[in-house]
Amino acid sequence: MAERMIHELDWLNDPVVESDVEVNQNVIVGKLPAVVRKLFQWGQGQSVWPMLFGIACCAIEMMAAGGSRFDIARFGSEAMRASPRQADLMIVAGTVNEKMAVVVRRLYDQMAEPKFVIAMGACASNGGPYWDTYNVVDGVHKVVPVDVYVPGCPPRPEALLQALMEIQEMLKTGKRGLVTKG
Amino acid sequence: MEQTRELLINMGPQHPSTHGVLRVLVKLDGETITWAEPDIGYLHRCFEKLSESKTYTQVIPYTDRTDYLSAITNEHAFCLAVEKLMGIEVPERAEYIRVMMAELQRICSHLLGLGAMALDLGAVTGFLYAWRDREKIYSLFERITGGRMLYNYLRIGGVRNDLPEGIIGTPKDGRDKADKTIWGFINYFESYVLPEWDDLLTNNRIFQWRTQGVAPLPSEVAIAYGASGPVLRASGVKWDLRKNVPYSIYDRFEFDIPVGKENGDCFDRWVVRVEEMRQSARIVKQALQWLAENPGDYIAPKLPRVLKPPKGEVYIRYEGSRGEVGVHLVSDGSANPYKVKWRSPCFTHLQLLPVLAPGHKLADMIAIIGSIDIVLGEVDR
Ligand code: SF4
Repeated sequence: MAERMIHELDWLNDPVVESDVEVNQNVIVGKLPAVVRKLFQWGQGQSVWPMLFGIACCAIEMMAAGGSRFDIARFGSEAMRASPRQADLMIVAGTVNEKMAVVVRRLYDQMAEPKFVIAMGACASNGGPYWDTYNVVDGVHKVVPVDVYVPGCPPRPEALLQALMEIQEMLKTGKRGLVTKG
Repeated sequence: MEQTRELLINMGPQHPSTHGVLRVLVKLDGETITWAEPDIGYLHRCFEKLSESKTYTQVIPYTDRTDYLSAITNEHAFCLAVEKLMGIEVPERAEYIRVMMAELQRICSHLLGLGAMALDLGAVTGFLYAWRDREKIYSLFERITGGRMLYNYLRIGGVRNDLPEGIIGTPKDGRDKADKTIWGFINYFESYVLPEWDDLLTNNRIFQWRTQGVAPLPSEVAIAYGASGPVLRASGVKWDLRKNVPYSIYDRFEFDIPVGKENGDCFDRWVVRVEEMRQSARIVKQALQWLAENPGDYIAPKLPRVLKPPKGEVYIRYEGSRGEVGVHLVSDGSANPYKVKWRSPCFTHLQLLPVLAPGHKLADMIAIIGSIDIVLGEVDR
């Protein structure tokens, strides 16, 4: 798993292929690939589609974020995809136990790059109230690489939205890890 | 001769229906289900074993998380059990607060049950409307308890704090106060929300066609499988623990038990839930009238610091939002329970799935799962 824990979205940061030297001498056309890439990243950041995947109590707050008051559609993420292959973001909302961990990993593997994981709630972050039991995986980072942790039991929908904005920022800058300042 | 072969497919554990991590194995003949079997355990969180290492008060937040859509009713059941074991007298006001909260919670829980079923059937609007009203209950609960969804509000011997000032409101409060006072919410709910559900879905021809006649459940089968709550009542059995085996102070309230017809189908289960919300609103109103006039203690005054129930065991039956919740407590005289057994209605209802599903289309499966309204947290515990 270690080699998966890259800190840059590598394919987004690939050096722009300089195939035609003559075109590159033109200032405007030479910058075109970079501009297109920026535009592309911006668009991607505005349409993070989460996977429709709730596990436990936190899933209800995730649904609340999709509901009428918090309205995740404002952030372009209302299209919850039932299939992992169409999703960019996996929100692990709930307690993952030994039986579920296998499924979580498989779903993660089926997602297309670039993919992100939010560990929502105390259970997904470190086992929460169930950390010392015989069946609960204490922290979903033992199964999949996590990008953002959201504390709380359950976290409020605002907290989830904040995490989503963090993911958007990562996509826009093309880097993983802590990107927002302050 | 052409022959069709049975096809075994696997629904879940991550699947488009919004009922958590349920996995169902289904055998199909064409599009018709011939066999279905739920596979559970994806949310087993060791609640019962974990409780043995906690004190009685510490178990309360875990009961919230069994059936997380109906937290207060679980807390209530557990507290009643401990109180019965220790012989604690709960102040009248505390009991009224608990009942009022439990009924509000029942409304809240049924709203999500209905909304999720509507969503599963493709009526996304129903889901959004359900959330609009749930958020109003959440705001009220947040002011009373401090939590939106899981409260840890009830204490053994009472409740954590009295109702905050001004939350009760007056019977004249209308829609503009729906998320500020309980009266406002109840009035808004009765005059606006319930008729809306009737117009939007209950009397909607498309919805009726989709649910009527799907998965009828004869009353004998329901009884034989141990069904309870709305699922049992929708099959025409008039059985509600609040009326038949009154606990707490439910014998002081006036309310009816809505029942469906013999052979209740998905539609009956829907209608019974809508009617139950109406009855819960009636109970809340009666409790509010009493609460407005009778100040008093909200927790039993003389409680020992460490609760050590005497040796013995106790069983409590409680009408939760989804059916009969049973709490079996065994005490060995120490501060931790020796054994906590949770009888979960969802677990019992889930075993109805292999009975209900065969003979119906695959798309009806979603309606069936929605109509028995299971919460996987409680199935696996
Ligand atoms: S963090 Fe709390 S609310 Fe979230 S799944 Fe765990 S127990 Fe439930």
